[in-house]
Amino acid sequence: MTDSDTPAARAFDPKLLFGGRFGGHGGRLGIVYHDHGDDWAELALPYHSDLIGDEASGVIASGPILALMDMATSVGVWRKLDAFKGHATLDLRIDYLRPARPGQTVIGRGECYRITRSIAFVRGQAHDGDPNDPLAHVAGTFMAVEGYW
Amino acid sequence: MVIPYARLLGLEVEPGETAPTYVMPFAIDVVGRPSFLHGGAIGGLLEMAAVGALKQALEAEGGARIKPINLTVDYMRGGRDKPTRARGTVTRLGTRVANVEAVAWQDEPERPIAAARMNYLIVR
Repeated sequence: MTDSDTPAARAFDPKLLFGGRFGGHGGRLGIVYHDHGDDWAELALPYHSDLIGDEASGVIASGPILALMDMATSVGVWRKLDAFKGHATLDLRIDYLRPARPGQTVIGRGECYRITRSIAFVRGQAHDGDPNDPLAHVAGTFMAVEGYW
Repeated sequence: MVIPYARLLGLEVEPGETAPTYVMPFAIDVVGRPSFLHGGAIGGLLEMAAVGALKQALEAEGGARIKPINLTVDYMRGGRDKPTRARGTVTRLGTRVANVEAVAWQDEPERPIAAARMNYLIVR
């Protein structure tokens, strides 16, 4: 497996890769593609009663937000590379700034701000309508078993 | 253990003296890359285990509301196509803050696939 250096062969478009939708756990949570840039990606987690962690308030559990941010930062790495590379989360830290508002779609933005041959360093934020009023903040690392290049 | 998110993960509870053990069966709903568990599902399971341990510890004191402050997960091994267990340990239960650890494993508890540290605010 060698990567051609032509931009066309290396271009990574998350919308094309996932068709806007994800399979497995991401699909079960309802996570979809939202937006992306050169080194970042945004995924959306629409509100659903299956995600509720506190039935009294209708607030979703924090687990789905962790999953959203794990995926958004992972896609952010592939955007930084402009290629898809198999990798695994090494660690992920999440600060829960406030509960997500019931009924609101959560947007998770993940950015890869530094990448080395084996480790990608990521950070990100989640909000539910106003990017200036985030509900979660994450920092983490991914590791490419075969190396990112 | 009837909250919708716990149902989504397919969790079952095994009561324990100090903390419950949560069992997450392998299913397409918790898969990330093909035939491996999703990191988010593992993190969610660890979080449920941490909350379960903390609630059990708080019940002995008459109960209180809890709010998650943060969570740090270390992923140690890929989660394979088999059941995953997780259990929390309350390392410190203060008046306003609790520190909790949780470990997830598949075959033997001494070979964890992931571990987490969490801080909670306690509202008494």
